[in-house]
Amino acid sequence: MTTMFGIDMLAVVGGIVAITVFGIVAGLVFLGIDRKVTAHMQARIGPPIRQPFRDFLKLLCKDSSVPENAIPWIFNGAPLLALASSIVILLYLPIGSFLPVFGSYGDLILVMYLLTIPALAMVGGGFASGSPYATVGSQREMVTMISYEFPLAIAIIAIAWRLSVAGIADPFSIGTIAANPVWGVAGPLGIIGFLILLVVLTWVTPAELSRVPCDTPEAETELAGGLLVEYSGRNLALFSLASGVKTVAMASLAVALFLPWNVSSFVALSPVVAYGADFAFYLVKLFAVIFFSVSIIRVGMARFRITHVVSVYWGYLAGLGLIGLLFIVLDTALGAGVIA
Amino acid sequence: MSNGTKKGYSVPIGPIHPALKEPILFTFTMNGEKVEEVDFAPGKAHRGIEWMGMRRNPVQIVHLTDRICGICGVSHTLAFSRAVEQVAEIEVPERGHYVRTIIAEYERIQSHLLWAGVAAHELGFDTLFFLAWRVREESMDVIELLTGNRVNYGIIQVGGVRRDITEDQFPRIEASLRYYEDLLGKMLELFLHDTTITMRCRNTGLMNRREALELCTVGPTARASGLNLDVRQDSPYAAYGDLDVRAVMPEQYLGEAYGDVYDRIVVRLLEVKQSVEIIRQCLDMMPPGPVQFETKIPKLLATCKKAVGEAVGRVEAPRGEALHYVRMDGHENPQTWKVKASTYSNQMSWLKMLRGEQLADVPIIVASIDPCMSCTDRVTVVRDGHSDVMTKEGLHRLSVEKTRRLMQ
Repeated sequence: MTTMFGIDMLAVVGGIVAITVFGIVAGLVFLGIDRKVTAHMQARIGPPIRQPFRDFLKLLCKDSSVPENAIPWIFNGAPLLALASSIVILLYLPIGSFLPVFGSYGDLILVMYLLTIPALAMVGGGFASGSPYATVGSQREMVTMISYEFPLAIAIIAIAWRLSVAGIADPFSIGTIAANPVWGVAGPLGIIGFLILLVVLTWVTPAELSRVPCDTPEAETELAGGLLVEYSGRNLALFSLASGVKTVAMASLAVALFLPWNVSSFVALSPVVAYGADFAFYLVKLFAVIFFSVSIIRVGMARFRITHVVSVYWGYLAGLGLIGLLFIVLDTALGAGVIA
Repeated sequence: MSNGTKKGYSVPIGPIHPALKEPILFTFTMNGEKVEEVDFAPGKAHRGIEWMGMRRNPVQIVHLTDRICGICGVSHTLAFSRAVEQVAEIEVPERGHYVRTIIAEYERIQSHLLWAGVAAHELGFDTLFFLAWRVREESMDVIELLTGNRVNYGIIQVGGVRRDITEDQFPRIEASLRYYEDLLGKMLELFLHDTTITMRCRNTGLMNRREALELCTVGPTARASGLNLDVRQDSPYAAYGDLDVRAVMPEQYLGEAYGDVYDRIVVRLLEVKQSVEIIRQCLDMMPPGPVQFETKIPKLLATCKKAVGEAVGRVEAPRGEALHYVRMDGHENPQTWKVKASTYSNQMSWLKMLRGEQLADVPIIVASIDPCMSCTDRVTVVRDGHSDVMTKEGLHRLSVEKTRRLMQ
């Protein structure tokens, strides 16, 4: 028993270390790819893909200044909390055909709550920095969070509910969702519903990641960096890591919910090759999600006013989500023979 | 947030801030995201150019006027030259007028495109910013071809221009005009039919016709509010009298003027088209002949030295009317030289436009009058290490004292 426990512990610790390294490296690489792709779409050359790594290293060499009227322990703690909580999200999500490290300890609802923690850390750090720009940025971040939470919840609950109706046990578990792609469960109407929810999730992603058009909390030209305005050096470096990890986490969530297929389930491969192929395919899926929900949207839009964020997310996207949900309900009713 | 009793907090923007391209200090009293009250303090980019000018002769001053503004240098030089020419009764050759017009219009094209890019950036729409600045390069290239410089062209001289535009340059000019004609539809589409831009700019930074008139606004800012004024049309200078120039009004494109940021975009983009048409007319109608009243600098200076009197030179700069007052008293240097840039007339409209707006719209509203602080800042009062604000009474007292001194 003790040896079994020991091996389990070892596997978990190994998993955590591996996921942390993966999250940080992949996060920075994807930030670099996003910058390069965006630059090409804007007819620029753009920085090399390794630029985020260079920026990170450079920030580490810089002084980390704390403003006089800041609350130091919150101000310094916020970046750590943001990075740590972003990594924790990844521990609950499947990476390729590797099952989530903490898969048996939490489900989608937990992931939804965890997603708010990096944002809350930034809000806390912003309020603690004692600058009017950061205060306004923090207020905006809170409003943004309230706005995108509802459409996100609709998408997640719709998927779990459809799975539970289909008679699948433990529908909120991420393992279950990844193992039972929703597209296979639902009928034609349901597929329309899920496509609508996919669109909703695509639009929630930039808000979750504070990217254009929802970069209102940072808004360079208005707030000069908003809630990050007072951050520098190591603290800012940690925030940039957190933003990269969070990008990977958010994209992994979209992959787990809507694109959970693996190469190994279609082609017979030896176990080692299968893990590799699935992992490579997973990276491709991540790139696709980031490309469509971050890069393309960012290139094609101006920044929203904070009032627009609220009306777009609470009004249009929540409405759209409910329509998607309605399709799924209709599909289920038809399938069950309630209406027919 | 119910904060009926909550006291507003204040947000300073400037003197250095990413939203501002030049130093100026805004102080906003905020209620949540809403601007309750606003104040601004210019004078952060004062360089004492007038002081330098009054110690130099007109030929030297035209190089200073070129540097009053990095964008609309030609307008200032043109306004100053026109003032001196009136005092010294210098007749500029016909062809010189045409060359001046062509350069002034190219300057307008590059200035408006520069502004369009800045506006897009202020809105957080960086793709459009990169596009606008990329297409601006075409006008910069032509300006370089015609004047030898991309910025601070140094082509206008008292009594004419220092370089002629030759026949072999016409095809290159024509190519650039066609480039902009083809492009304009795309630019209008991108700027005026984009959902996010419309959402951010429509009914933002409103100023109606009456307010625009009472605040003495000029240029595109005034025209966007429905005031039909344009120096090129109202008191033509250079070759504009021969050409067909009508003030560009937003209602020509949309049927009515709202006087918001959106209308200011409309006016500026349509003025690019207007400038292309003006340049084309100039190329067709340009008469042969000299371009300079007197090519020998000492003779030109001798003419200026004999001049006694005062005059005002008015020019429609890209941002609106630029006005230069020059008084000569028989010396080589002007006795008085006063510059009034277009932003000087437009800046008070900020207070009206910004009150009650969202903090998010502050950058685009500030940018919407296309402010040029280094053009505007003609005075800054610093006593005992801290800056001071001149009141109306104080200024009146100073000017009475100065007049008494002059009369002695």
